[in-house]
Amino acid sequence: MNKVVSMQDAVRELVHDGDTVAIEGFTHLICFAAGHEIIRQRKKDLTLARMTPDVIYDQMIGAGVASKLIFSWLGNPGVGSLHAVRRRIEKSDPAPLEIEEYSHFGMVCRYMAGAANLPFMPLRSYEESDIPSVNENIRWVDSPYAKDRIAVVPPLNPDVAIIHAQRADQDGDAQIWGLLGCQKEAAFAAKRVIVVVEELVEESVVRADPNRTIIPGIKVDAVVVEPFACHPSYVQGYYDRDNRFYIDWDKIARDPETFDAWLKDWVYDLSSHTDYVEKFGDAYWDGLRPTGEALSGEVDYGEYA
Amino acid sequence: MSDDLGFTRNEMMIVASARWLEGERICFVGVGMPNIAVNLAKRTVSPDIQLVYEAGVFGAQPKRLPLSIGDPTLVTGATAVTSMFELFAYYLQAGLIDVGFLQGAEIDRYGNLNTTAIGEYSKPKVRLPGSGGAVEIAMNAKRVFVIMPQAPRSFVDKLWFRTSPGHAADREAERARGWLGSGPHVVVTDLGEYRFDEQTGEMTLVAMHPGVTLDDVQANTGWEMKVADDVMETPAPTDEELRLIREELDPEGAYSR
Repeated sequence: MNKVVSMQDAVRELVHDGDTVAIEGFTHLICFAAGHEIIRQRKKDLTLARMTPDVIYDQMIGAGVASKLIFSWLGNPGVGSLHAVRRRIEKSDPAPLEIEEYSHFGMVCRYMAGAANLPFMPLRSYEESDIPSVNENIRWVDSPYAKDRIAVVPPLNPDVAIIHAQRADQDGDAQIWGLLGCQKEAAFAAKRVIVVVEELVEESVVRADPNRTIIPGIKVDAVVVEPFACHPSYVQGYYDRDNRFYIDWDKIARDPETFDAWLKDWVYDLSSHTDYVEKFGDAYWDGLRPTGEALSGEVDYGEYA
Repeated sequence: MSDDLGFTRNEMMIVASARWLEGERICFVGVGMPNIAVNLAKRTVSPDIQLVYEAGVFGAQPKRLPLSIGDPTLVTGATAVTSMFELFAYYLQAGLIDVGFLQGAEIDRYGNLNTTAIGEYSKPKVRLPGSGGAVEIAMNAKRVFVIMPQAPRSFVDKLWFRTSPGHAADREAERARGWLGSGPHVVVTDLGEYRFDEQTGEMTLVAMHPGVTLDDVQANTGWEMKVADDVMETPAPTDEELRLIREELDPEGAYSR
């Protein structure tokens, strides 16, 4: 089945006001283009879930599309704070933001429980921490097999998961290499899945290397082909992380005026991610290419006729 | 404090941390100073040390200093890439990690750390990043190394929020917790090195860096710091340690100047 649609259509049809949305990807494969389209379509009252909210959720939360955040580490990795998110938490500026926080493993376990249709997932964490005192979703159960108690977290089943991958076929069979994050768990846990890719490939390309498939088309509702959709995050083998952008974002987001001006110039005034890519220009993207090739070796799956 | 020693306080902190890694095998690495310290240890006291990055990489061999924990240079040439579940469940929770690094905006005398909020949680003066993997690392890494600069506002008598647990005041009770990890092993700051008392679990000064006095230590601690009977002076960084930091590990001085 051909599920290829534009980003505008995918977001319009699959992301609704009030939804719980997960745009996952641990540093790698964070789909900024989808976040920008959600901002452009002025979605409202979203609950945003992500292990590491990163700059994309700073942009979305500062733009006002979300009323709640579920997370485990809130920051601009290697740089510092997410200032728009902090303004909402610390000063309710311009509106309060409800938060629900876990540890990294707690978030992973929530997606796992959601993906596996379990009522909860146990993990060895949270002992003697104050986190459970501010999050009643973190509870304790006695092991039915031993004397000790263990922390549990409930399933997280996002209404929509947006997953970026290097490539997929038109049915949405998606292949990822490099850091995996919890893309697979978030996708299997979600009610609807949008897969965004750098390249659309023939089904035969997927079938030639089935071990690399993270999400099968059976879980996928829409496929969006959008090169450079992760900038300033990165795609292994395609383009580098734009560390300069992450450093510069600190200054932009510190002041609500420069924050708003950035959103206007780079999101609202553009009609699509294609405009964003053109606005930066070819030389900019050339500067983010990997410095060389690092090809994987070939394996032989064998023919068994 | 003297600051004219031929090396920076951050360089001393990185070198002192790296030396504590002698004999360690598998390290769970974060960005910034721990990353430089572990890579320095690999080139000096612990050539066989394995680097496990929190982003899901085992046996990384980074060719450049990563700004973020998930830099693509960690993947290319690594032994294994794992999902986040595998990393936290099979590697950390099951006990494969010898050393985990933590730091915090606040630490108390037992090595409890706050990375969540300054001020009341519901209306924080400063909202910090939160746990990330810190709670799991505190419980499950065999030993925890803390590397952080020392100041009155970070070495506090009472934390605003306990994100990750340190030692118990009663070490007998602590052993009854049944955790895989044995908690904070050493704290390295820009002033000195600290261990935790075997009976009382309390942080104890064991070494001061060159040029640092007891008054400096006390002036930068929010409680009366316990001092070991035989406080050492940390040996100054060697020429080779400084060369590795300045030429190979952090040529731009992002973390070490």
